Amino acid sequence: MSPEPTPSQTIGPFFHDSLLERDLTELVSPDKPHAIRIGGAVYDGAGDPVPDAMIEVWQADAAGRYGSEDLSGFGRSGTDANGKFSFVTVKPGLVSGPDGSLQAPHVNVSVFARGLLKRVVTRVYFPDEEANAADPVLSLIEDQALRETLVADDEGDGSYRFDVHLQGEGQTAFFDV
Amino acid sequence: MRRQTTGEAAWHPPYLYPDYKSTRLRAPKEPLVVLPKALSDIRGPAHGRGRIEDTDDDLTRQHGGEPLGERIVVTGRVLDGDGRPVRNGLVEVWQANAAGRYTHQNDAHPAPLDPNFSGAGRCLTDDEGRYRFVTVKPGAYPWKNHDNAWRPAHIHFSLFGPSFRSRLITQMYFPGDPLFEHDPIFQSVRDPKARRRMISSFDLETTEPEWALGYRFDVVLEGREAIPFERPYA
Repeated sequence: MSPEPTPSQTIGPFFHDSLLERDLTELVSPDKPHAIRIGGAVYDGAGDPVPDAMIEVWQADAAGRYGSEDLSGFGRSGTDANGKFSFVTVKPGLVSGPDGSLQAPHVNVSVFARGLLKRVVTRVYFPDEEANAADPVLSLIEDQALRETLVADDEGDGSYRFDVHLQGEGQTAFFDV
Repeated sequence: MRRQTTGEAAWHPPYLYPDYKSTRLRAPKEPLVVLPKALSDIRGPAHGRGRIEDTDDDLTRQHGGEPLGERIVVTGRVLDGDGRPVRNGLVEVWQANAAGRYTHQNDAHPAPLDPNFSGAGRCLTDDEGRYRFVTVKPGAYPWKNHDNAWRPAHIHFSLFGPSFRSRLITQMYFPGDPLFEHDPIFQSVRDPKARRRMISSFDLETTEPEWALGYRFDVVLEGREAIPFERPYA
């Protein structure tokens, strides 16, 4: 018989000294060729920034491999007084999915915060990416506006903006994993 | 569209639990998009390559002197959804000191800081999925959620398992705490049996004579050994 899972509880407001003691915002050096920056802010249902969230990312390397020797693929960032977070990484490659499908380049995202009794999970996709059209996860979302909350804005110079709206109009699409 | 309402898994709290006020503006209200297991059971995350220092699992030895409070050993096993041990899994903890005060700059509770206690630790699980921390028992502390609100004593736990689905942050409580029934965070888990799984048990076997009381806290993560379908596209 499988054991019963342990319930989730909020990360609370006091996690910084433990979980953010080490800087895990640079998955690669900013000097690395093809390094990109993914940044944004977390907002609550009143449109106010969430200054005490923690964002974790988990992604494949440029060749679509998870946990490769080239790239651990894991990053972690707090949010600042303006709700902002930022990562330096490389754009992930296409990742094979089940049944021979291909997933468009994407970054898995978990958001933890005071007031979130369990994490919310979302994905960052990249604009102007042909593979988005056939992506098996984007294809699950019929509502175009909701689907587009998963696609980052290209801000030029290798910077992408991805905001997380926890609640309200323009709420980000979150996944039940 | 494959969607379902929020608050799906019976053992997890819902996102919106109004008695815990901070959920009101932060809980998503749109239904979650259900991700097929094959897409969420991706391996990892590998949790970075940070070193584990000698004193990271002994919160009573991180400063020049010993912290005040009741010295305790907290140990247990981390298991995956099939009941198999999670090996080499990162376990991170943080907690208030014995007086109920965090070192965090935003903690305004007028209880004393302890110069010999930071309240942060980490370790890796062994081949049996075991972890072990030495620390002091955290104190209860007030918060501003409602009138005369107090959190039961707890240690925050952050855990990684075999797949992306396994990622869990939870809180470990101590047996018999009279504050359970008054705490909306604890009560947000609606299933009483699931709530009990967040409570450690006093364990005489873990208790070290003339030294420290022992508590056991096992954690079961979701997710199984991920199917390695994520071959590179080449």
